[in-house]
Amino acid sequence: MFKLLPDSPSERITVHVDGQAVSVPPGFTAAAAMLLHGTGSTRTTPVTGEPRAPYCMMGVCFECLLQIDGEPNQQGCLVTVAEGMRIERQLGKRKVDE
Amino acid sequence: MADFDAIVIGGGLVGTAVAYGIARLGKRPVLLDEGDIAHRASRGNFGLVWVQSKGFGVPEYQRWTRRSSDTWTEFSQELLEETGIGTGHERPGGVTICLSEEELDKRRRLMEQLHIEAGETNFDYEILTHAELKKMLPAIGPDVVGASYTRYDGHANPLYTMRALHAALLKHGGTYVPNARVESIQAAPNHFVINAGGRSFAAPRLVLGAGLGNKALGEMVGLNVPVRPVRGQIIVTERLQPVLPMPTLMMRQTVEGTIMIGESREESGFDDTTSPEIIHTLAQRAVKSFPFLRNVRIVRTWGALRVMAPDGLPIYEQSSEFPGAFVCTCHSGVTLAASHARYYAQYVMDGALPAELARFSTKRFDVQAAA
Repeated sequence: MFKLLPDSPSERITVHVDGQAVSVPPGFTAAAAMLLHGTGSTRTTPVTGEPRAPYCMMGVCFECLLQIDGEPNQQGCLVTVAEGMRIERQLGKRKVDE
Repeated sequence: MADFDAIVIGGGLVGTAVAYGIARLGKRPVLLDEGDIAHRASRGNFGLVWVQSKGFGVPEYQRWTRRSSDTWTEFSQELLEETGIGTGHERPGGVTICLSEEELDKRRRLMEQLHIEAGETNFDYEILTHAELKKMLPAIGPDVVGASYTRYDGHANPLYTMRALHAALLKHGGTYVPNARVESIQAAPNHFVINAGGRSFAAPRLVLGAGLGNKALGEMVGLNVPVRPVRGQIIVTERLQPVLPMPTLMMRQTVEGTIMIGESREESGFDDTTSPEIIHTLAQRAVKSFPFLRNVRIVRTWGALRVMAPDGLPIYEQSSEFPGAFVCTCHSGVTLAASHARYYAQYVMDGALPAELARFSTKRFDVQAAA
């Protein structure tokens, strides 16, 4: 559904979206990487389990919550990608380590 | 002028519970709600339906609280059936966590005393060791020394409860008037005319359920209601998988997964903001009790004002100057919601408060201070 703009820089780094190695421009956000390479919804809500995806892309709506490098409930639109970053969907309520 | 069976002032948990209770009796109440300029304790409270530790030295308060807690399950079920809105009420019992031997000893003495004061009402409690508590709440940390437990405690979502009460009030034919700040009260025995929000309302009964507003309103109908604000601050976390199977005095996990943390009391006048010192103290104690919280995100904090009488008890009274005017005020609008709806509303319509509420009369404030 989403494509890179034609004038995007040609440089690429590798991140893992739901376990799949993909390449994205440096400076991308984790949410943008999800939109480019994910498959539809990027999280399910904690109460009703509804599918959701990034919306405002500017840190306001919290629809882009992702698990990033194992850390749950991160706002994906505020996290810049780094080489080797593991980006996963946030499914429902986060777990806690007791 | 609109005529009703009762006018209730205050659209929060207390006023709405009483108004709903009156409507449920087949009477026609009107609920006057000031608006968002009001202090809105019902929007900021914690949501415990709490029994243990209430009523030390005042067995009447212990019994009244217990009675409400015992009614809550049925009350919540009825609201669900009438409105389709769940209050999130659960009654799994509750604990007060102690972080030192000293705290636990103090707690043990308090619970023993409450047990004695309960008399034939009976008050079952347990003092749990760390190991015993760990079986009930596996997430406790090594700094937890023990806890007190009673099966009477529970919790509910205050906002859903209020929404359900409002919906149930309307369903039973009650009238809700928003933006209705009371401008004047013309009082005569069993006849009250109120101007509010540019309209007039008349009824033979009047209930003051306006929280901190009751002080000024009380003076207009011969009731002395010396309530003052006591601030509480609350921390709210992101939503987590279920990890707290029962509430503690300072912490509860909502059905949606949020953990709420709060136990502070401050004299701050009408300032309902938060302060870093208190939030820090709350967070530290919470992490000591449940170390997993160390890595949990805080999404919000807020402050809210409790409605507190000088002795911390509710105030229930009928005006002797203007019979038919009642005051109903407390700092436990959630815990006592069931009693206010089921019992207090009935007393108001009967026109007399029973002996069991005599301890909560305003007469207790008439004793002169020793020189």
